[in-house]
Amino acid sequence: MVEPRMTQPAPAKALAADTKPWRDPGAEPFISIRGITKRFGVFTAVDDVSLDIFRGELFCLLGGSGCGKSTLLRMLAGFEVPTEGQVLIDGQDMSGVPPDKRPTNMMFQSYALFPHMTVEKNVAYGLLREGKPKREAYARVAEMLKLVKLEAFARRKPHQLSGGQRQRVALARSLIKQPKLLLLDEPLGALDKKLREETQFELIRIQETLGVTFIVVTHDQDEAMTLATRIGVMDEGKIRQVGEPREIYEEPNSKFVADFIGSVNLFEGQVDTAAPDLMRIRTEEAGPLVTLPRPGLNRNQQVWIALRPERIGLSRARPENTANVVPGVVQEVGYMGHMSNFRVKLESGRVIRVTQSSQLRDEDPISWDEPVFASWSPSAARVLTE
Amino acid sequence: MGRGWFLPMAVVAGFVFLYAPIISLVVFSFNESRLVTVWGGFSTRWYGELIRDRQILGAAWISLQVAFASATVATVIGTLAAFVLTRFGSFRGRLLLTGMATAPLVMPEVITGLSLLLLFVSMELTLGWPAGRGLTTIIIAHTTFCAAFVAVIAQSRLRDMDESLEEAARDLGAGPVRVFFDITLPVIAPALVAGWLLAFTLSLDDLVIASFVSGPGASTLPMVIFSKVRLGVSPDVNALATIIIGIVTVSVIIAGVLMRRRAARGG
Repeated sequence: MVEPRMTQPAPAKALAADTKPWRDPGAEPFISIRGITKRFGVFTAVDDVSLDIFRGELFCLLGGSGCGKSTLLRMLAGFEVPTEGQVLIDGQDMSGVPPDKRPTNMMFQSYALFPHMTVEKNVAYGLLREGKPKREAYARVAEMLKLVKLEAFARRKPHQLSGGQRQRVALARSLIKQPKLLLLDEPLGALDKKLREETQFELIRIQETLGVTFIVVTHDQDEAMTLATRIGVMDEGKIRQVGEPREIYEEPNSKFVADFIGSVNLFEGQVDTAAPDLMRIRTEEAGPLVTLPRPGLNRNQQVWIALRPERIGLSRARPENTANVVPGVVQEVGYMGHMSNFRVKLESGRVIRVTQSSQLRDEDPISWDEPVFASWSPSAARVLTE
Repeated sequence: MGRGWFLPMAVVAGFVFLYAPIISLVVFSFNESRLVTVWGGFSTRWYGELIRDRQILGAAWISLQVAFASATVATVIGTLAAFVLTRFGSFRGRLLLTGMATAPLVMPEVITGLSLLLLFVSMELTLGWPAGRGLTTIIIAHTTFCAAFVAVIAQSRLRDMDESLEEAARDLGAGPVRVFFDITLPVIAPALVAGWLLAFTLSLDDLVIASFVSGPGASTLPMVIFSKVRLGVSPDVNALATIIIGIVTVSVIIAGVLMRRRAARGG
């Protein structure tokens, strides 16, 4: 189902963000990573990763520091040689192809702008190495600088630019050769928060204008959620889950992913009864809870209930007609303006996190030490088995 | 308030200890009197005498030739050694090369000089080159120890340099040799200039090694000064020394500024 885009007239090429080729099992992947492993001595940085990425995607590799995401990116660029496995880009095996012969370009975390060259020369470097005539190359450079809104800075040296401007030069330089695949290593990592938010949308605009496939490495989950067509969550060299941002958030496949993306309350429990429409789970910390059924679970099987803080309601009076109601006492309140964070201590002693959005102006907000009821519907939680 | 007077005193004492001889030398180079220790009024007479002294001018010319040639060759060799040591990761003999590249820094000059002399003599006997000792042998000898200094300076600059600059150039389609000349060399150039200047002054200064490996007709300036002083200090030596101090000071300052400015900008 192609959703109509509200902002601009539809571009000539269909966007991967709209067509979602990964949902089609017959679709041909553009980049195929097959069983790739990278060991440094005894340390395994990337552990048997297989991944298909489609043309025009903006794929985010998300993970903490040292999870192997940068190593994986560097193997795609050709700076690291995989210990095992292979990478195919547009059907071509990249084994043994040096970085300067690959159809990829990379935008470095440090930007890696050549300090002795002007902005213009930095951006032109790739084209000149390709053997493009100077006149043609600089015409293209001017176009590219326009795209990143830096026309006025062509003759400056990198050290005369602000962080945000340098970031755009680095982007322009990595896009000038029109690579089949652009690799971005923490592209927004060095920018301050406000600039980062603006730049995120700018990055999407440029990616959609040029139709280049992007792979972005980031440790920032907000960034991944905003940018990505799909996210690959990495941990200890392995990909833990691949999915659209919504899937990763709403349907995490493990405690690790649920906990890594956003915050979550996890309750350990055992399956009690599995009726066709509802499932009952015994927990020690919150008593019996009701969730939607999940196929393939046996009675007494060990499970975890993952519950996002914003899916929990708080009230002074016991709510009617709600499947899960647990009494507790407010231990802490963090008022943030657009929302409030609560820590509620349940009778079992377990403290849960609850977020309430400030949709209505509340003249008498729930406060410290008040007895409250935390409640949620069966569909609010997700049942995890690992 | 204990440090009120002690610290300034210590600093003054240190500077006096270091620079009083040099300052007195500079002052006495403008002495009118022929007696080195008696002040006879201001004059630039000895600078004039110096210009007319063929022996000293000849030696100065030899020293400049040696310093220029050995600094240049040492910069090339030192840079290559530094590049290999910082960029090629670990390879067989890396530790040995690191040690050997820096050994001339700490080797007593007498030993360096003696070993080079023995090398040149035996090379002449077996290979017939270098024929006799003179300009060539001094240049070779100076190159060996100057290369060590350049290697150390270039290594620290290469280590500070963001390696992703080189990777970015590779990524944009430049081969390894191209990357070295397009990116690495321009980025470390200030360190190389500094290294060259340092090598130049070291070579200009050297007496011990040059004495070992020089031959007839190839006396460097320090050698001439040393032999002159042994016959009694004459005031024109003061003038000469002042000029040398000037040259050395200026080049060391330039070298320092180049290295510091580059470090501040962070490549």
